[in-house]
Amino acid sequence: MPEPVTIPELSNEDKERLAQVGMDLTKKNRCGTFLQMDQDIVQAECGETGIEVLSYKQAIEKYDWLKDYAWKNISKEKDDITRYVAAQNDPKGYVIIAHKGSSNVMPIQACLYLGKDKIQHVHNIIIAEEGAELHIISGCASGSHAGKGGAHYGISEFYIKKNAKISFTMIHNWSEDIEVYPRSASVIEENGVFLSNYVCMQPVKKIQMYPTATLVGANSVARFSSIVVSTPGSTMDLGSRAILEAPGASAELVTRAITKGGTIISRGHINGKVAGTRGHLECKGLILKDGVIYAIPEIEGSVVGTELSHEAAVGKLAKDEIEYLMSRGLDEDEATATIIRGFLDVKISGLPDALQKQIDASIDVAEKSGF
Amino acid sequence: MLQIKNLSVNVGDKEVLHDISLSIGEGETHVLLGPNGSGKTTLLMTIMGFSNYVITKGQILFKGEDVTKMHAHERAQRGIGMMFQRPPTISGLKLGKMLTAISRTKEENIPELAKTVHMDRFLERDINKGFSGGEIKRSEVLQLMLQNPDFVMLDEPESGVDLENISLIGTTIGGLLEKDKHIVNRKKSGLVITHTGYILDYIDADKGHVMCDGQIRCHGNPREILKEIKQRGYKECLECRNP
Repeated sequence: MPEPVTIPELSNEDKERLAQVGMDLTKKNRCGTFLQMDQDIVQAECGETGIEVLSYKQAIEKYDWLKDYAWKNISKEKDDITRYVAAQNDPKGYVIIAHKGSSNVMPIQACLYLGKDKIQHVHNIIIAEEGAELHIISGCASGSHAGKGGAHYGISEFYIKKNAKISFTMIHNWSEDIEVYPRSASVIEENGVFLSNYVCMQPVKKIQMYPTATLVGANSVARFSSIVVSTPGSTMDLGSRAILEAPGASAELVTRAITKGGTIISRGHINGKVAGTRGHLECKGLILKDGVIYAIPEIEGSVVGTELSHEAAVGKLAKDEIEYLMSRGLDEDEATATIIRGFLDVKISGLPDALQKQIDASIDVAEKSGF
Repeated sequence: MLQIKNLSVNVGDKEVLHDISLSIGEGETHVLLGPNGSGKTTLLMTIMGFSNYVITKGQILFKGEDVTKMHAHERAQRGIGMMFQRPPTISGLKLGKMLTAISRTKEENIPELAKTVHMDRFLERDINKGFSGGEIKRSEVLQLMLQNPDFVMLDEPESGVDLENISLIGTTIGGLLEKDKHIVNRKKSGLVITHTGYILDYIDADKGHVMCDGQIRCHGNPREILKEIKQRGYKECLECRNP
């Protein structure tokens, strides 16, 4: 049995907040753990053969070749966020390496917790070597006592080698005064698969991210799925981009967005650069209370033989659907919750059950509080 | 079981049903016939309590209780159920999830029940999305089986359904209406809209009504009325102004 994570200074309420983003403090259902609280690395370990979970600093010291991966996928000069993180003398964050042919059934949990610091910065590198399969749940949360504002700057670089697969499920549970700026990019080689899932059902002051996947290998696959709810005072500027550079490469970008009074900007961009590529972009939005859902789907094809499509729809709950359920005996609130639950029910093929359950559990929490 | 008294109904600004009266006793099944657009579906939707159908006059009594102003779920909870002709597609909501929501605390074995109407393979599908005519009807009848209403309304249960499925759906509906029980022990009642009459082979209707221009024009033996309509069409019904 793995030793449980001991974090005595956390209140039960904050432990619950961590649990909601998928942090299993008992580690029973996780094969490895990385936990960073503010700028302190509390734990970095993995019991799975062939897979390493290291702090960024440990990893850079251990593997000289890692410098060939750091900042290769994202430019240090991209914006103020990248410049800030690149300027740190003591870089934080994690490196996860799934060596050739390794795989994990139980996911690795990576948790970034913002308690007292003004800014938490991390630089993460995730590598799945040839034929490896790696599942990660990344939970990011702030303390319930924070109340003073704060920001999270996160750089994440993913490398999915030939015949490798990474699923990365990120669940956020910030608070009304926290700003979040992830900067993420991935490179996917031949037959590689990258599943990126994002869930944020809780308030946040501002989040801005636009992860990019570059599919450089033949028959590589990228799927981005986002499930977000925006409450009053929250601004969520979210997007994902896939650049299809090899024959047979395909991408799917799916978003389910609900505003309860907040703002959601849902961006998406698929660029089909070579023949034999396919991409589909889908954004569905529900406006439950006056707020903003601004969907900006972009598809860009520059050669014969790339097939790209998008669909975007923003609206309210359909009265005939609610009444249909009411005619089966559900009251209006139950009918509404059942339909919203269905709307958010994005099943992600290739995702382990444990991670799908974690996504479902996040939605459950939101459902119990009436969305 | 159901009593409708002098019911007039508006859809938008237009009065669609005019002064309808109808009484259906316990254990009885009635058939509603009439040309397209005559108001049959409107009557069923009004009885079910859909908000687009505004009652401007009259009353609906169910088991002696005035349900005229009740919401659809309150009527459903009291035992009114409906098989829709064109139910909405609900994106993302799986049939299985909907059935679980309908069954509430009842300990039903949903997959087993679904098997009886060949819908077990559809439990993980978005409800009605891409369903064929027969699949929609089987989904509807499956929902009704869980709901187990005392008063069942069926809006063209045979439309878009092949012969094999009509037999399955007809037999299942017969079960919902307790047609397998002796007439004196039958407690369930029904109101069925049909154009073809195929469903009558399974449910032995007691009474027929003909609806034209939002009014019930005549009553009688359902098979005889159907035979008349098949021979002469609705021309005479439309001309008839004295129900």
